[in-house]
Formats: sequence, structure tokens, C-alpha cells
Amino acid sequence: MIAQQLINALTLGSVYALFALGFTLVFGVLEVINLAHGAVFMAGAYAALLLVTKANLNIWVALPLAMLASGALGLLIDQIVLKPLRGRRAHHLMPMIATIGAATLITNAAQGIFGAETSRFPLGTIPEESFQIGTIRITELQIAIVIISFLLMLLLMVILKKTRLGKAVRAVAENPQTSYLLGINVEGVFRLVSFTAAALGGGAGVLIGLSFNAIFPFMGQPLMPKGIAVIILGGMGDVRGAMVGGLFLGVAEVMSVAYLSSDYRDAVAFGLLFLILLVRPSGLFGRVLERKA
Amino acid sequence: MKKVIIGALCGLVAAFAVATTAPAAEIKLGVAAALTGPVAKYGVPIRNGFTLASEEVNAKGGVNGNKLVLVIEDEQAKKEEAINVFKKLIFQDKVFAIFGPTLSNSAFAADPIANQAKVVVFATSNTVNGITDMGPWVFRNSIMEADVLPVTVREAVKKFGIKKVAVLYGNDDAFTKGGYDVFKVVLETQKIPVTNTETFAKGDVDFRAQLTKIKAQNPDAIVCSALAEEAANIILQARNLGITTPFVGGNGFNSAKLFEIAKAAADNTIIGGPWAAESVSARNKAFVAAYTKKYGAEPDQFAAQAYDALYIVAEALKAVKLSGNLEKDRQSLRDALPSVKIEGATGPFTFRKAPAKAGVETGYDAQQDAHIFIAKGGKFVLMK
Repeated sequence: MIAQQLINALTLGSVYALFALGFTLVFGVLEVINLAHGAVFMAGAYAALLLVTKANLNIWVALPLAMLASGALGLLIDQIVLKPLRGRRAHHLMPMIATIGAATLITNAAQGIFGAETSRFPLGTIPEESFQIGTIRITELQIAIVIISFLLMLLLMVILKKTRLGKAVRAVAENPQTSYLLGINVEGVFRLVSFTAAALGGGAGVLIGLSFNAIFPFMGQPLMPKGIAVIILGGMGDVRGAMVGGLFLGVAEVMSVAYLSSDYRDAVAFGLLFLILLVRPSGLFGRVLERKA
Repeated sequence: MKKVIIGALCGLVAAFAVATTAPAAEIKLGVAAALTGPVAKYGVPIRNGFTLASEEVNAKGGVNGNKLVLVIEDEQAKKEEAINVFKKLIFQDKVFAIFGPTLSNSAFAADPIANQAKVVVFATSNTVNGITDMGPWVFRNSIMEADVLPVTVREAVKKFGIKKVAVLYGNDDAFTKGGYDVFKVVLETQKIPVTNTETFAKGDVDFRAQLTKIKAQNPDAIVCSALAEEAANIILQARNLGITTPFVGGNGFNSAKLFEIAKAAADNTIIGGPWAAESVSARNKAFVAAYTKKYGAEPDQFAAQAYDALYIVAEALKAVKLSGNLEKDRQSLRDALPSVKIEGATGPFTFRKAPAKAGVETGYDAQQDAHIFIAKGGKFVLMK
């Protein structure tokens, strides 16, 4: 049973990680807690659904297109909501509150367009095969989710660490003013980050929609507290931290169901989070706190 | 001149006569149902059932010549909305009685308001224990889970030779939790061992951890109290994990949604319910035909119970002499209801006074037999 539960935890954890990745990226670079991330996540799932049902695309073609679409939505939120506030040097709580408005607008628009009911990908969108390895059963979808999540995360890390562009992003994250003086296109980096983060969120939405067979306007809501927990745990703004934090939360949830009681799932997961933060207040990889003050 | 006066007098008399003989009144009935949000799949058929029945009654001349007018409000399956809607219906729209709300969860919040204001509140979809304990103004024609589930479990055990079961339920919703409480008692009294009991929360979409744990215990069946969509995902994920045991479900399973999502994976699921689509009584056939014609979709149990509920109230209203005094008329309706007997789409129906609770006067539950169904080829059929 333990092996099966580890598979369950890995699938759940990699989706949490993918969701948290975009979340943490925006925080790290724009210093905004983007509460519209859950809405973008939902929009990604609906975009893929439309592409599969209306345009009859294969899901693996629809996935990158849906990521582009949610990326564009993220860019739009940045330009309409966040940019004017940046221009006014607003207090850092204001963009956060503004993203709540954006989230409400997007979820309600989705409810207006698609209805409140749960939609799903038509049967046969994804291979339904499952493999039996010893006592473990694993579906092709679960394998795909883990691989795609890890690929996207690796890609992001490589770009951030190894390319000139990544260097620019990290420089802006460190200090936008200095970066600007050094000739870096700061607004361009902001746009790029908003786009990438939203695309990753949208991708997570598609994968969750596929995996749990449920797409609905409010599907992002239960993930928001988890996403926030993951990026706090990982260290605000840290990409590795979001990955490890996501996997940790997945394992903590599944294992508390497996070995304690499903009644205590959230209590255990968030209790552990609390304990870790007591020992490491800036999270596993965090060094953000000293920068804030 | 004389002719003119006589003519005028005649006119006056005629006008007077018209005014006194046919004071056709409107009887306002409130419907509080969840029409948007995830629970709308129950609320919309409920609204349709009421609308259909009231149109039928009015087309046949209404009740004692009085027209029934429905005031339909969306309570969104939220407690606070249900309270708002109840207050609006009682104090602003001044309805005779309220049908609803859709979920038991909201009923526990809103029903006391109607009871206090001395307005009949009539539930057509609240099946948990304790609804009618809230007061003498609370009625329901939805059969309680406590009456349905013992039959469901007994028949399932007989059918599949079940020796031990696992239990899975949503623990943060009055409806699914209420269903679990009844299952627990039923399993105890029928002496069926429970391998393990697992829970999930509203909004959960991943049930694999719980199901993996259940699989390790190798039960003969999974007893599950969940709403239809959750139930369908639970069944699908169970099949994905290689669990082939049948499911025994509560009232929430009784929805076409279950098969839209789970398809044939739901086969061999056993449930009990108040209404059978294929029931051959003339009353039911007429209902199914009229509903299908009007809405272009087949009715479900929630539509059937709403439909019957309106006829129950219409029957009671026949015995009420309208006085024009709202409070008095509400009281007369309340007094006329308990003795109503009708033959509805769900079968013969009467009320049963809820067992007395210390110090509180109780309302009235449904006295009706449950039908037992088994899922075969993407729909529930009566189990023989």
C-alpha cells in the first residue's frame, strides 16, 4: 500500500508544485501576491476544454495552446491591474487586493459563460490505460502529469540559472531600480514573468482538470490556500522551494490519510507547515525576510 | 330619463354581483431552491417540478377557483442566502407557505425562521434526521435516509453476499454526514463489520489516498455517502485503482449526473430512492410524459417530489376557507396539511408525525415505501 500511496502523493504533489511555481515566480519578481492565480488556473482548464471539444484538438496540442491562452490572460491582468499600481508606487498590499478583484471578475465571467456546473473532458481525451506493477496501479495520465510537471519546472530552473534572460529576471527580482539603471528592460521582464507564471498556472489547471475529471469556475479556490502554504513553506519567491514545498504538501496530505485518518488530512498538512515555519521562519529555501524590512 | 336610471341601476347591480360572487384570489407559494452553483442540478429539477404542477392545477381552474402563484427564489445552497430568501418570501412577498430549501444544510439555518413566523415550510429534498424536529410548521415529503438506507443495505447484502464493508463519506456537509450517521447505525444493527471508515471534504477531487487505504482492507462493498459528482469521481478513481467491488450509495447517488461522469463504471451500485422512473402507475406515467414534453429532459426524483409536494399543498388548500387574513389562512393551511392523502408520482403518500422530542413540538415526515435500484448499463433499474 505504501508504494501506491507514494504514487498518489507524487501525482498530487507535482500538481501542487506546478501551481505554486507561477505563484512564487510573480512574488519573487513583482513582489505581488497574485490572488488571481487560481482564476488563471481555472481559465487554463477551460481553454483546453474548449480546444478539445470545439476545435477537436488532441489534448497534447491543446495543453500548450491553453498555456499560451492563460499566459495571455496573466499578461492582461498585469497590464490592466498591476502596471498602473506600479506606476503609482502603490503600497504592496494594494496590488494584492486588486488581484482579488481580477479573480472575482474572471471566475464570475466563467460562471456566466460556462455555467456553474462541473464540465469535463470527453471520454477518450486521454488514454485510460493503467499499468499494474506488482501491487501498484498507475495510469498513463499520472505518469504524464509527473513528467510534464517536472519538465516544466526543470525548464524554468535552467532558464533562470543559465541564460542571460534568466540573469535579467534574477537581477530585477533583486532590485528593479538598479536593474533599470544597468539597462535592463524592467517592464519587459515584468511582462515576461506575468506571462510565464500564468502559463504555468494554466498548465496546472489543465492537468488537474484531466486528472480529477472536474472543471468548474471555482476550481482554483481550494488550491489558493494550498498554493500560499507551499510558497511560504518553500521560501517566498524561491523556485526550488515551490517544487519541494508542493511535493511535501502532497506527501503530507496523502500520508496523513493513509496512516492517521482522513479527518485529520488538512490539520496534519497545515500543522506540519506551522512546525516547519517555527523552526525556519523564512521557509526551506527562503532568504526573503531580511530583504523586506 | 327613467330608462337611463333603470339602466344605470341594472349596471350597478350587475357590477356588484360580479364583485361579490367571484373574489378569485391569488394564493402565493414561495419556492426557495438552489438554482445556481453546484447544487443547481438538484434545484433546477425541483423548480421545474413545482412549475409544472402549479400550471396543471391552474389549468384545471386552480384550487376552489383561486389561482396558485409561485414566487421562486434562488437560495444558492448557502445558509445565509436561504435565510435571506426565507425572510423575503415571508415578510415581503407574504406567501402562504415555503417549499425548500434544497439542501438539509440550509434547512437547519432557514427553517427556524419560518417556524417562528408561523409559516409552513415544506421540504421536498431534505432527507437527514432532525429536519422536522425544528418545529410544528416543518413538513416534508422526502423520505428520510433513516427509512431508506436499512432497506438499501439489506437488499445489497442479499444480492452480493456482502460480509464486510468499507465506508467513505463527506464529513463537512449535513446531507452526506447525515447519510453516514444512518449507515453507521444500520451497519451496526445488521451486524455487518466495517473494515475502515474514511472521509473527504466538500470540493475534494482527489480520493485516491482514501481508496488505496480501502483497497488494502479488501472489503466486499464500499458504502458511500456523497453527492452525485463526488460519487462519480470516487467510483472512477476506485476503478482506476483496480477496486471492483460494488458501491452502496445514499440519496445523493440518485442522479443522472452519476452516469454522465462514471458511465458503466457505476454498474452494480445499489441505492434506495423515493421514486422510480419506470413505475407504471398512471399518475407517474402522466407526470413523466408532461415533464418530458415541457422541459425536453427526463425528470428525476427531485422533480417528482416537488411535483407531488405541490399537489399535497393544493389538496390541503381545498379544505381551507380563505379569510383574507394572512396569519389565519397560514394557520388553516398548517392545520389542514397533516391529514392529506394523495396518490402522487412517487406513489401513495401520507404524513407521519415526527417522534416527539423533549419540550419541542415536532413537524411531519413522509410515510412512504422506498424503491431499491441497481445500476445497469448506465442507469438505475428497479432491483428485482
